Amino acid sequence: MNVPDNLKYAESHEWILVDGDLGTIGITDHAQNELTDIVYVDPPKVGATVSAGQAAAVVESVKAASDIYAPVDGEVVEVNAALADSPALVNTSPYDEGWLFKVRLTNPAQLEALKSPDDYRTQIG
Amino acid sequence: MSEAVHRTVLYDLQKNAGARCINFGGWEMPVQFTSIIDEHQTVRTACGVFDISHMGEVFVSGPGSFDFLQHMLANDLAKCPVGGAQYTFLLNERGGVIDDLIVYRLGELDFLLLVNAAKIAEDVAWLEQHGVPEVKIDNRSATMSALAVQGPDAARVFRVVFDGEMPARNTFVALEKCRGAVIAAGTGYTGEAGFEIFFPSMLASDIWQSVLAAGAKPCGLGARDTLRLEMCYPLNGSDLSPDRSPIEAGLGMFVALDKPGFIGREALLAQKSAGLPARLAAIRMTEKSPPPRAHYPVVVDGSVVGETTSGALSPSSGDGIAMAYLPPRLATPGQVVQIDIRGRLFAAVVEKKPFHRPNSKASA
Repeated sequence: MNVPDNLKYAESHEWILVDGDLGTIGITDHAQNELTDIVYVDPPKVGATVSAGQAAAVVESVKAASDIYAPVDGEVVEVNAALADSPALVNTSPYDEGWLFKVRLTNPAQLEALKSPDDYRTQIG
Repeated sequence: MSEAVHRTVLYDLQKNAGARCINFGGWEMPVQFTSIIDEHQTVRTACGVFDISHMGEVFVSGPGSFDFLQHMLANDLAKCPVGGAQYTFLLNERGGVIDDLIVYRLGELDFLLLVNAAKIAEDVAWLEQHGVPEVKIDNRSATMSALAVQGPDAARVFRVVFDGEMPARNTFVALEKCRGAVIAAGTGYTGEAGFEIFFPSMLASDIWQSVLAAGAKPCGLGARDTLRLEMCYPLNGSDLSPDRSPIEAGLGMFVALDKPGFIGREALLAQKSAGLPARLAAIRMTEKSPPPRAHYPVVVDGSVVGETTSGALSPSSGDGIAMAYLPPRLATPGQVVQIDIRGRLFAAVVEKKPFHRPNSKASA
């Protein structure tokens, strides 16, 4: 499974790419592989406040709806509009075209609690 | 309450073939191998094989067996010849569904009941509770395995594996090649042409591997669910329940109300004369929405009028599809409804069953 070195990871299989006070969030290659056949993405609303560890979005595969948790606190500044018509981008490009939403970090210190790529690799075996 | 999780004898072979498993009615079963959508399309266009060994095989025989089953089952066994198969129900005294099943008539007084995995114990207890001395009830579920091989290419797979012609719809044969130990039936639950085979578990791995070698692809319960839902075939425990009659479920054609003396008949007649409280409707989403799933409220004019019993994204059409018990006046094709998905309302419409008309013939 692909685990890029430039990201931080949550135990619940989300990744975050940090650029200044902006964080781009998605689900990992491992997570999309477990879910398979992603057919719908329910993103948060732009302007909404999300909290670390709280459900922020829903990703639906054929078999189940899965909550996606915000890895950090923040305000949603953008959602990936391409997923409305092409939810399978989460399967085919989980770290790039399949990103879910972007937040403005309100508590950057929380990044320290997330996993390094190596720790996440260990977690998923 | 802790209960042991069962595995079929094919568990290891399926794990090696990439199965991802879930708990289904106390059984650890493959939900998918590659992808539910791929496996669904395989069955619609080629041939897939499902391990259905978790289902129950209950043999009923003896001088009193015909009369006994005529009393226990809702359909009319007199219309099922030796060598024939019939979809039918075990009903409670209230006319509610204990289980839906297929009965195979092995002889004039010799029957095989194929029942749902989660209901084996309850079905057998119900049969035994009403049993009579001249009837033998033999539950062989623990020592038998079964496969469902389904799709337009199933007849070819059958020829390759068993060196004969696939049985016609709703008929079966005991295969000579396997010394009569294998029962092959022209039945299935996907809407496609195909067959189901029942055999002693010691033959399971050989048959499984032969079927795969002949070109059938392994499929899991995920595809089995989307395939059956596109056909509006009910899943017991979801679309059928002890509190709903088969007539409410729209399955009255499998209930012989003219047959005297079967359990549940009085309640069904009373329900018919009083008017049905609800009907199971087929609902298709008409706007882009998350896939409907079970237990979502159905709304008409701002009021909740029912709840979905099953739902999925239809791999064949790409639309969300669901079933729900609705008041009869609303359960008519063309009725506009809304489905409440996580607090948002999405447009949908009641349509005529089934959602999908398969290419290969599985006409009952």
